Amino acid sequence: MAKVKKKVKVIKIDTDKCNGCRSCEVICSAFHASDKYSIVNPARARIRLVREPLNDVYLPVYAGEYTGAECMGRDKYTVDGKEYEECAFCRASCPSRDVFKEPDSGLPLKCDMCEEDPPLDEPLCVKWCLSDALTYEEREEEVEEEEVLEEMDTGLKSLVDKYGLDNLVDSMARMLKKD
Amino acid sequence: MRYAETGYNLEIDMSTGNIEKVETDTELTNHYLGGLGTNARILWDRVPPEADPFSPDNLLIFGAGLLTGTPAIGCNRTIITTYSPQTLYMAFSMMGGFFAPELKHAGYDKVIFRGKSPDLVYVWINNDQVEIRDASHLRGKGAVETEKLLKEELGDSRVQVASIGLAGENRVYMASIEHGRSSASRLGLGAVMGDKGIKAIAVRGTKDVNLARPMEVIDFCNYLIDYIPERDSNPIPGVMPILAGLGSPKEMLIHDEKWHTENFMWGNARTRIKDYWTKDVEEKWKETQESVRTRLISCYNCPMECGAIVSVPGISTYMMKCFSKLTYTMAAYSDLDFGFRIAQRATEYGVDGFSTPQVMAFALELYEAGILTDDDLPGLPEGNEERFYWLLDRIVRREGIGDVLANGVYWAARAIGKGAEEYDHNTIKKHEQLPLKLSMLNPIYFLMWATGEKINITQIEGNFPQAPFPTREEREAFVEDWPHVPHEKFKEYFVNWELRGENSFPYYPPPEATCDIVDWQETMHYIDDALGVCAGLSSFPLKPPYHIHNWPVLISAATGMEMDKDKLWEIARRNRTLIRAINVRRGLRRKDDRPPENHWKKRFPELEETLLDTYYELKGFDKNGIPTRESLHDLNMDFISEDFEKRGIYNDGQSEEKS
Repeated sequence: MAKVKKKVKVIKIDTDKCNGCRSCEVICSAFHASDKYSIVNPARARIRLVREPLNDVYLPVYAGEYTGAECMGRDKYTVDGKEYEECAFCRASCPSRDVFKEPDSGLPLKCDMCEEDPPLDEPLCVKWCLSDALTYEEREEEVEEEEVLEEMDTGLKSLVDKYGLDNLVDSMARMLKKD
Repeated sequence: MRYAETGYNLEIDMSTGNIEKVETDTELTNHYLGGLGTNARILWDRVPPEADPFSPDNLLIFGAGLLTGTPAIGCNRTIITTYSPQTLYMAFSMMGGFFAPELKHAGYDKVIFRGKSPDLVYVWINNDQVEIRDASHLRGKGAVETEKLLKEELGDSRVQVASIGLAGENRVYMASIEHGRSSASRLGLGAVMGDKGIKAIAVRGTKDVNLARPMEVIDFCNYLIDYIPERDSNPIPGVMPILAGLGSPKEMLIHDEKWHTENFMWGNARTRIKDYWTKDVEEKWKETQESVRTRLISCYNCPMECGAIVSVPGISTYMMKCFSKLTYTMAAYSDLDFGFRIAQRATEYGVDGFSTPQVMAFALELYEAGILTDDDLPGLPEGNEERFYWLLDRIVRREGIGDVLANGVYWAARAIGKGAEEYDHNTIKKHEQLPLKLSMLNPIYFLMWATGEKINITQIEGNFPQAPFPTREEREAFVEDWPHVPHEKFKEYFVNWELRGENSFPYYPPPEATCDIVDWQETMHYIDDALGVCAGLSSFPLKPPYHIHNWPVLISAATGMEMDKDKLWEIARRNRTLIRAINVRRGLRRKDDRPPENHWKKRFPELEETLLDTYYELKGFDKNGIPTRESLHDLNMDFISEDFEKRGIYNDGQSEEKS
């Protein structure tokens, strides 16, 4: 397969520089409002600051993939003597907790790096982070060209993911027989 | 739809447990904006002036500023209002942090408490679900500890908590309301909270705050994001470090304390130590500060990092901001290490870091003078620092002499008698002040100390330099880039101001100019306190990002109200006049508008009277400091003059004559 250049967007997080102000949450929620900037609501932000001042925990975490099923267990980190809350580092919108979900609908949220046309210089959480706990970098990577799936292929692939290929083939076979 | 504000207040009757969500009147917003302004109007309307601060009729109001919770940087303040048990006037104190934004997201602009709970409780506000819960397990717990325990109990680190410590529970007049790195400390708010039986308020909200014209708000925020770091990295030359940049101020960052340690008084506002700040002291204090300061921290949506997490080995972690690092240190003639240590205990107890050290230093002065004896202070330790801990422990428990001292210097002096009144030399309107004793009368500061309704100099001073720069060239350079002035004449006032000679204190600036300068600075504070922005980005520093010419743009874009400079100025004037009226109804008159007698060595009684007359006239007050019918009419507050008429306040024999 052919190699192509891919732009990789990186938000670098220096937790030592975080002062806990949550401006990142403020501007994220405003930018992603359906009427842009019309509301502020950190509960809708795609970044959340795990913030426990007395424990010196200041951890900005970005919303990642939605997952339909929670993990089989939980994790709880202690780093440099500081205990972090359960699943603190996890980016998933997951059934086990209400983070990274729209507060009213429960729909999952995911960081999109403030994609915009024309593109912004940097995601807005980075722009609003005046303490430089968040900085932004872009780099190019060579990656193998992705196979672009047709619409039906995408649908089938998700069925395979959900039920397994064998079940899907069996089911197709039954449907063929009936016809 | 309501913009910037939620349009609802939460009304909680602590006597009956009744909880109501009440829609607010938009007219109140138009007239007073929000925060302090609307708090004051509610206090005027609903608490009779005869009410004792500890009566169930007194209200305790937690108000978010009008712009709190919008993206406008630094708009995070909670304005708390009640009647002060100490001064008996209206008490208002503000705190930063995260409480007010969370309250707005829960759907409320204010929480208004009335009545008294028979048992110690906490209030849990979780969006629309509001509960009064038992707090007997929190009795006697520290304020910081309470916050931690409640977050655990409620299982959510994003809950925001405002709490009182032992001092509030015991109705100590210096009791503060603590909230993380912030506190509303002055004037005894914590005592009223304790009197109402409220150990803490926990709030969590996940609702939207709406903006009227979002793109304009964001354009304004983009200006802030450029201006704030730019201004902060270009300190103004020739002024003390904390005033050179922005912030409220950045006491936790700055090590250089030459100005405070050599200009402020040590002990019970007694001794100036002119050559205190030696190289040795500087190095030692720097090491102390860096060794205990874990991290510089900010309030909600603000980059300024004025606070710090403080972890002193062997005692539990707490947070600090502003000037408390020096108040205990200097009251006890000790060092910074002691300051950080005792402030931890004081923060857990929940006491005001301005008043409390002074009360303790006052008590020890009385002891040295033989007015308080070993009989009054049984078991008083030998060591000076131990004595401060000993007194602090007794004050917050109201034990023995602590019960007397817990009411502050003014009341304690009168209760002790035997000449103790002579040692009450640094209060205004019964409230302890910064320990400053200076030489030549400063007419600007004379008026601010004398008339400030907050009774706290830092809440009225700000945008105009505190002293002239030595040369005319420096002054001209300063005013060149000064769009903040409400009028060009302020540039002239500053350029012509000299350190010595004809154009210097006490006769320069002349009374009219002095009043203009006070009026401008005071007006900016009233705007901030209604909007809920931190003074550290607005009314306190020189050349701040927010000023009288750009506020109207932001207020209008965020709220949809029509706003211009004149209208905003008028609202600030209305709020200032309303608070004066509240205090007049509780007995405040010209005779009370005075700084401590020994604040300056060189006093000018005639000039001071002229200054007061000129100020009152500019403010629309009569000779006795009472807002006139005409000025109240112009401000659409005839209801006040009607009330004054009914109570005979205009005819009480004091209103026309000079005191």
